[in-house]
Amino acid sequence: MRKFTDEHEWLDCAGDVATVGITTHAAEQLGDLVFIELPKVGAKLTKGEAAAVVESVKAASDVYAPVSGEVTEVNDAAVADPSSVGADPQGAGWLYRIRLDDPASLDGLMDEAAYADFAK
Amino acid sequence: MSPDVARTPLHAFHLRHGGRMVPFAGYAMPVQYPAGLLKEHLHTRSGAGLFDVSHMGQIRLTPRSGDVDDAARALETLLPIDVLGLTPGRQRYGLLLDASGGIRDDLMVAHCGDSLFLVVNAANKVADEAYLRAHLSDVCTVTVLARALVALQGPGAEAALARLAPEVVGMRFMDVRMLGLVGASAFVTRSGYTGEDGFEISVPEDRAEALAEALLADTTVLPIGLGARDSLRLEAGLCLHGNDIDPGTDPVEAGLSWAIPKVRRRGGARAGGFPGAARILDALESGPARRRVGLRPEGPTPVRAGAPLFADETGDAIGQVTSGGFGPSLQAPIAMGYLPAALGAPGTRVFAEVRGKRLPLVVSGLPFVPAGFKRA
Repeated sequence: MRKFTDEHEWLDCAGDVATVGITTHAAEQLGDLVFIELPKVGAKLTKGEAAAVVESVKAASDVYAPVSGEVTEVNDAAVADPSSVGADPQGAGWLYRIRLDDPASLDGLMDEAAYADFAK
Repeated sequence: MSPDVARTPLHAFHLRHGGRMVPFAGYAMPVQYPAGLLKEHLHTRSGAGLFDVSHMGQIRLTPRSGDVDDAARALETLLPIDVLGLTPGRQRYGLLLDASGGIRDDLMVAHCGDSLFLVVNAANKVADEAYLRAHLSDVCTVTVLARALVALQGPGAEAALARLAPEVVGMRFMDVRMLGLVGASAFVTRSGYTGEDGFEISVPEDRAEALAEALLADTTVLPIGLGARDSLRLEAGLCLHGNDIDPGTDPVEAGLSWAIPKVRRRGGARAGGFPGAARILDALESGPARRRVGLRPEGPTPVRAGAPLFADETGDAIGQVTSGGFGPSLQAPIAMGYLPAALGAPGTRVFAEVRGKRLPLVVSGLPFVPAGFKRA
């Protein structure tokens, strides 16, 4: 099931690996993206640290790690074409996959309805 | 948005056209419209873009004697440009300097026949008004005009404005005309701050909506927000006061010596006589210790204002980026900043620190995108 954070990220969990991206709401607020920097595969992330950077013409924004774990895959297509993240942020525009240190760390996150309410 | 944020006369227009409003220099301004910053930027370079710049200050200097030359002479005591040589119907770029030669503000000065008309930056307009009153009131009446100001910029600007006022076709870069537009007396200059050909149009506040909608009725015209205004001026190598120039920078190191004509330099008929003249005239002869340069990052990472600059990958900071981001017309990151003069030659490789990493950049000539002014 898809989960959402109050930092406007989403996670899809399959087993102990979660796919992470930014929400449609976040993408709309950021505007046209022109540069994306993703963590390296194998990087160990701690919840709350800056894991990725998305940049519009105007500004750079950190994307914080929503959970702790190890990066298993990154979306090279998003780096090659940052506009693809803005075009489909909750689908083809995913950012990276992370193996969770603790699968229970998803428990406190919002579901889609709760996030929709939060992002209003 | 806090209630003390002011609205321009085009506030309802912005909302109606989907502008995303942000506070800027005390005003609620559209940072972008639904088209988005990239499209708005590129459209201004290929068609025509309509900008609300009503937040800027419009100030009239009316000579008490009735002789505009008196106002010009008085204004020349505050800035290093040739105001006396300005002919009726022409406009010039100028710099208000402080006693140490630092840049208080940059502005446009137009000769309107019986008065001088200034357009100053929004963030400085209250201070500028007080400063002008303090120094010029003996000679001039200083009036802040409650008028809207819109800019129409881009290669399609002339055709779009000519539909409403055919006589604009005869104007050249920096010409000034009083025209009838949408039933109002409009004050039109052929200028702008995007590097494109275009116009700035001052109209009474209650005619701003009618003018904006009449211009937008031309399908080549799109409304453009502050976001694209900033990326357009950066590509054009134009300074933003508060970023690239401020009281801590002087015109020579800022690369604005071209705005100081021979007549105000040593040996000129009206040499000096402006704040900070000794320092500025020295710097014009000896060259500046540091200079504003264009910077092209070698990689794809944007390098933004505030990033420190280095000569190499290990040494201490030698300068700083003052404006930086992404140039949509170039599809690449661009920046401006200050470097020691010895490192200011185009082609010099330097480094900027971004998120703890030193990234290589190459000093580049300015502007990044050639200007499209109609000079002839």
